[in-house]
Amino acid sequence: MIEPLQPVIVGAGPAGIRAAERLVRAGLRPIVLDEGLRAGGQIYRRPLIDDGRSYRSRYGSEAGKARRLHEAFEALLPAIDYRPETLVWNVSAAERGNQLDVLLAGVHRQIGFSQLILCTGATDRVLPFPGWTTPGVYTLGASQVALKAQGCTIGDRIVFMGSGPLLYLVAWQYMKAGACVEAVLDTAPITSKRHLLSLAIHAPRIVGLGVFYGLQLQLAGVKIRNGVRPEAVLGTGQVEGLRFRRRASKGEVVETVSCDALAYGFALRPETQLADLAGCRFCFDERDRVWLPERDAMGRTSRANVYVAGDGSGIAGADAAEVSGELAAAALLEDAGKASADGARLVAAREAILRQRDILERAFPFPVDWFETVPDETTLCRCEEITIAEGRRAIASGSISEINRLKALSRVGMGRCQGRMCSAAATELLSGLCGVSPGEVGRLRAQAPVKPIPLGFGAAVEAEARS
Amino acid sequence: MSMNPLLRRRYRLDETLVPFTLNGTAQTGRRGDTVLTAILSVSGRLRQSEFTGENRAGFCLIGACQDCYVMTAQGSRVRACSTALLAGMAFITDLGAVSETAHD
Repeated sequence: MIEPLQPVIVGAGPAGIRAAERLVRAGLRPIVLDEGLRAGGQIYRRPLIDDGRSYRSRYGSEAGKARRLHEAFEALLPAIDYRPETLVWNVSAAERGNQLDVLLAGVHRQIGFSQLILCTGATDRVLPFPGWTTPGVYTLGASQVALKAQGCTIGDRIVFMGSGPLLYLVAWQYMKAGACVEAVLDTAPITSKRHLLSLAIHAPRIVGLGVFYGLQLQLAGVKIRNGVRPEAVLGTGQVEGLRFRRRASKGEVVETVSCDALAYGFALRPETQLADLAGCRFCFDERDRVWLPERDAMGRTSRANVYVAGDGSGIAGADAAEVSGELAAAALLEDAGKASADGARLVAAREAILRQRDILERAFPFPVDWFETVPDETTLCRCEEITIAEGRRAIASGSISEINRLKALSRVGMGRCQGRMCSAAATELLSGLCGVSPGEVGRLRAQAPVKPIPLGFGAAVEAEARS
Repeated sequence: MSMNPLLRRRYRLDETLVPFTLNGTAQTGRRGDTVLTAILSVSGRLRQSEFTGENRAGFCLIGACQDCYVMTAQGSRVRACSTALLAGMAFITDLGAVSETAHD
């Protein structure tokens, strides 16, 4: 069979599905590799089996978008080469050819690509505080996935803490599911919410929904606090409560709230390891305090035939992911000599969402002063169980000012999660101690395999040759 | 140290039961469960950490943090949040139970 182009899409969330759809429309048959058990990504994640809930019940205000995306994917199935439960753990450097190393049902394979669209998504951005490794403490995204995909709540009496639009939404969803929401603790100061006024002009729906969730929680008697910093999870071995302080008119107030589970997070951080291994050039994003693959307006990276889309190319949410997925596919087609008629319209649509996102991030700012008060004995790296004190000691004794040196000397970022859960914290800690901006301590380099894989001489290997 | 179940089921309550074994004891999950859901609906941990022996019960639930690895009775590991529960699976979340077995 002559297959002149073999594009591969990594990720079957909003970006990956829309990218695939665009390529199929142009007559191509992309390979779609997805780590998930079912396509849809995280925001539009589907349960393993039907559990009787309607789209409205599961996805709330986003039910229509979720349904359209899932239906689009089902319609695509005969026209794509879809491989779920497939981990892409390496991308070959450009000089070694266009190859992916993948793990599919326990079998290692190499898959060649003519073009690659990376739609790798995001994870919660988290910061450490005393007790954050206690069973019953989950990320905000985790608490939502438990409910959405498994029909479970992470406890009976839950506290939600952090910053970002997800905070009020998940708390409201838990309330609707019958859980007791003990408190919503917003780490942003109340004054930051003034930015929502200007957002209301451009995106009244987003702000309207946020206000609706907040009001309903308040009417139900849920404790809502602003300007919060956690002091400690109470309880050993299980969550019994949370002690926190907050700024009040009469100075700082310390409060305790009883709960059996805690969900927290500070917006999202992009999954960029595969773009890194592909050799894409990165640039520092001041707003999100993170390194991102350099991309043009359509999603082209610095490496020919490698494109990025969705939150993995910069946090912008699911709506932007759908547009950017389509854009990346349009760019791929354009580079292959098939001009697109609507490129400019899509670029404008994405940029409009990015402008809204800028305002949203100002309303839910990152807690830059976090490490001023977190005690030294707090776990910094949950994989290798390294404390903040050990991190500080490594920085001081090695005169470290670069994040990969910190990893080498302290093992922070070297564990199984490869820095996904600690790199934001390590960056803030190091840049704070050095008195420089987070962008100046460098970028934690990705290593293959990007996630743990079974290795061994007996491991099954199958090369997939495509000409 | 209490081992109260962490997760509270809200849906699929009448779904077909799926039998599995936890530290040698028979347990049941539901059709459509991940390994994580099945274990944490009846227990309070998935593993003990390598260095401090702290109980861990997962964190991100989307396959990123790698905190939810569970040892199977065969000695291999599965990532509980992204593995579907199958009838007859057997897990060890109590290292004490393992060493006792090893000394038998």
